[in-house]
Amino acid sequence: MRRRDFFKTTIEAGIAAGAAISLRGHENLWTSSPSFVKYDMVAVMGGEPDAMFDLGIQELGGMGTFVQKGQKVLVKPNIGWDVVPDLAANTNPLLVKRIIEHCFKAGAKEVYVFDHTCDNWINTYKNSGIEKAARSAGAKVVPGNSENYYQAIEIPGGVMLKSTKVHEILLETDVFINVPVLKDHSSTRMTAALKNTMGIVWDRGYWHSNDLHQCIADYALFEKKPALNIIDCYNVMVKNGPQGVSKEDVVQMRSQIITTDWVAGDTAAAKMLGVDPQKIDYIPIAHKMGLGNMNLESLNIKRIKM
Amino acid sequence: MTSSFLRKFRIGFSAVILVCFILVFIDFRSLIPSKYINYLLYLQFIPSVLKYIDLKTFAAGGFIVILLLTLISGRTYCSFLCPLGIGQDLFSRIGGKIRKKFRRFGFKKPFTLIRYSLLVITLGVSIIWGIYLVTLLDPYSIFGRFITFFGKPVVLLLNNFFTGILGKFDLYSLSHAEIKGFSLLTYSVPVVFSLLVAVLSLIKGRLYCNMICPVGTLLGLISKISLFRIKYNDLQCTRCGRCSVACKSSCIDFLNHNIDVSRCVNCFNCISTCPDKALSYSLISSKNIEHKTDESKRKFVAGSILLLLGIPQFAKSQDKKAPSPKKESTVKELRTFPVCPPGAGSIEDYNKRCTACSLCITACPNNVLKPAVRQYGIAGFLQPVMDYHKSFCTYNCTICTEVCPTNALKPLLLEAKKLTQIGKANFIKDNCIVKTEKTACGACSEACPTKAVYMIPYEGNLVIPETNHDICIGCGHCEYACPTTPYKAIFVDGNPIHQAAKKPENKNSEIGTPVEFPF
Repeated sequence: MRRRDFFKTTIEAGIAAGAAISLRGHENLWTSSPSFVKYDMVAVMGGEPDAMFDLGIQELGGMGTFVQKGQKVLVKPNIGWDVVPDLAANTNPLLVKRIIEHCFKAGAKEVYVFDHTCDNWINTYKNSGIEKAARSAGAKVVPGNSENYYQAIEIPGGVMLKSTKVHEILLETDVFINVPVLKDHSSTRMTAALKNTMGIVWDRGYWHSNDLHQCIADYALFEKKPALNIIDCYNVMVKNGPQGVSKEDVVQMRSQIITTDWVAGDTAAAKMLGVDPQKIDYIPIAHKMGLGNMNLESLNIKRIKM
Repeated sequence: MTSSFLRKFRIGFSAVILVCFILVFIDFRSLIPSKYINYLLYLQFIPSVLKYIDLKTFAAGGFIVILLLTLISGRTYCSFLCPLGIGQDLFSRIGGKIRKKFRRFGFKKPFTLIRYSLLVITLGVSIIWGIYLVTLLDPYSIFGRFITFFGKPVVLLLNNFFTGILGKFDLYSLSHAEIKGFSLLTYSVPVVFSLLVAVLSLIKGRLYCNMICPVGTLLGLISKISLFRIKYNDLQCTRCGRCSVACKSSCIDFLNHNIDVSRCVNCFNCISTCPDKALSYSLISSKNIEHKTDESKRKFVAGSILLLLGIPQFAKSQDKKAPSPKKESTVKELRTFPVCPPGAGSIEDYNKRCTACSLCITACPNNVLKPAVRQYGIAGFLQPVMDYHKSFCTYNCTICTEVCPTNALKPLLLEAKKLTQIGKANFIKDNCIVKTEKTACGACSEACPTKAVYMIPYEGNLVIPETNHDICIGCGHCEYACPTTPYKAIFVDGNPIHQAAKKPENKNSEIGTPVEFPF
């Protein structure tokens, strides 16, 4: 019971702090599009994952635009599968490492990394290479394997998903950076930014059995939105996703999409995969719900080739 | 030798062995490499016999070492190497602390009829019918089950408690471990045997080993011709009887200078306790009789029962809640065979060799193994079975096959395991969310490591699963991931004889490396 109280107060305090911050005009922290960011999206092609990020984040004014001194940051990669980095079932560890380094350079007090894995979490953290990469950059790697780590939240306005349980670290941190890997996906055709949130919640089965696409879009309503989405398209699993069978599933695209708008990010990612974004139901649903913009023509996109 | 060094050495050595065994059975994160576990288990009598029968190589001949050791030194095994025996010594000490009377043994008659009948029946039943009685009575397996069923949950509780505390300080070096209980019925055997062994050892020393344990009886027979024994020096002995009082096996008839060597477990307490140095452990032989009974502490027994029954109840309540879909599935899964772990070869072979020590249950990083109730029939009671409702067999893992001491699970290389089909996935379309709800799901196909479950076009934008038995290995990840209740829309039916799955074929994609942004 005391534990529950502890979290309750934490969340209340978090909400109060959030309200206080927004009153002072720092709403850019939690809204999807900071007003002073030059571009809605930066797309980089032709480099290594870390070098592409260096360049891309510079175009957005550096990590300091998104992370303030003394803040706690959650970097949430896709660490779903017990698969080696070359098979691209998980976010590129080099990219995760570089993002964490940028966060610390911007003055982050603490950076956390976690995912609710699909395979055995200890092996997955290890074999994905992300645990080692994140630790070497100074981040704390947090387990997500037990329901005890998850706290109930409400999603007002959710059509199918009105409440769920999210990892406590999402609620305890100030900035959420979403770092998915672009992959083919057997259920939804594609996974990238929006679908990466399935690794934040405890009960994925509910999503699967209650209109998966709608649930994915509904979750994007939750107030703790990503300050930044970095979609890893370096090695892309183009078929047999999301787990992949062998290296034949992977195409080296050497690309990266960095955006504050995850619906736009997913739209661009779908095109990278050669899929019509309209066919990936959760993208048009999220667009209609006003959670982002899938009309890329109306956005200010910076395209860089290295 | 008359020095008390023997006893001290025995205590030190056995303490190390006991700690090692406990660690092996509570190692829920598989931190101990299976190589070391194999070293430790090499000398366990029954597992080694079973492994030898299967492999017929001396590499599996730990029991021969034990037989030779017994021929030379008597039942050294029982005091130095048997975890259950060492555990009983510990209980006996505790018993002595509770009541001095529990540590005053004195000579008693052997239960000759009971112990030899049990040995003969166990042997007979094992040869004619199956391994069932060995499973029940093998001391190593009893110990393993005791720790797995009751010790491990306590360790997990402590782990979770400290994880919680560390978490408050933002430290994540420990992590939560789900406490998963087993079917209530499977607790019956460990509860009964734990109580029996605990109570007997608490108040009667090594009575269990000398009345029930077939390994003890067998080694006792052999030690009747052993070379080294405990002997009296008639001239020095003053017949004070302290040796007899100190003997946990109640095998010293000090009035007649007879030591029942078939019951002596070489604990050397008598040597240490003798004030006249009249006992020694040395070459050559001797033989016998009296009676006494003791009351048991009811409170303690009642407390133990409550505790032992309480843990499974607690563990049960920790079970993960099933996700709740809108509609209930309607078609019951038709399971013809249970799924037995990889490396078993076939259910029949497996049932013949597994003594249900439960080491694989502890070692499995995914907690997919649980003791069977009736899945294998009565004779397979407690033998581990795959439970895909709770978890699944992780693709990149062979731990259960590495640790098994009886060769019921034969070691598999990872590449071989990935092609070992222990069962096949069967899809029940009428239960599937895609059909019943007309919404996307595909959790099963997502989870499949070989894409034996793949999605084909259905209505509109929807895709629905289809299975390819050729490349399915029966890992159960699809069944575990399937969100329908009460019946799954996809389930794994066991292969009675494990088969070789085909390697998944895969071709390069037509999509190439892009040169321009497609947006």
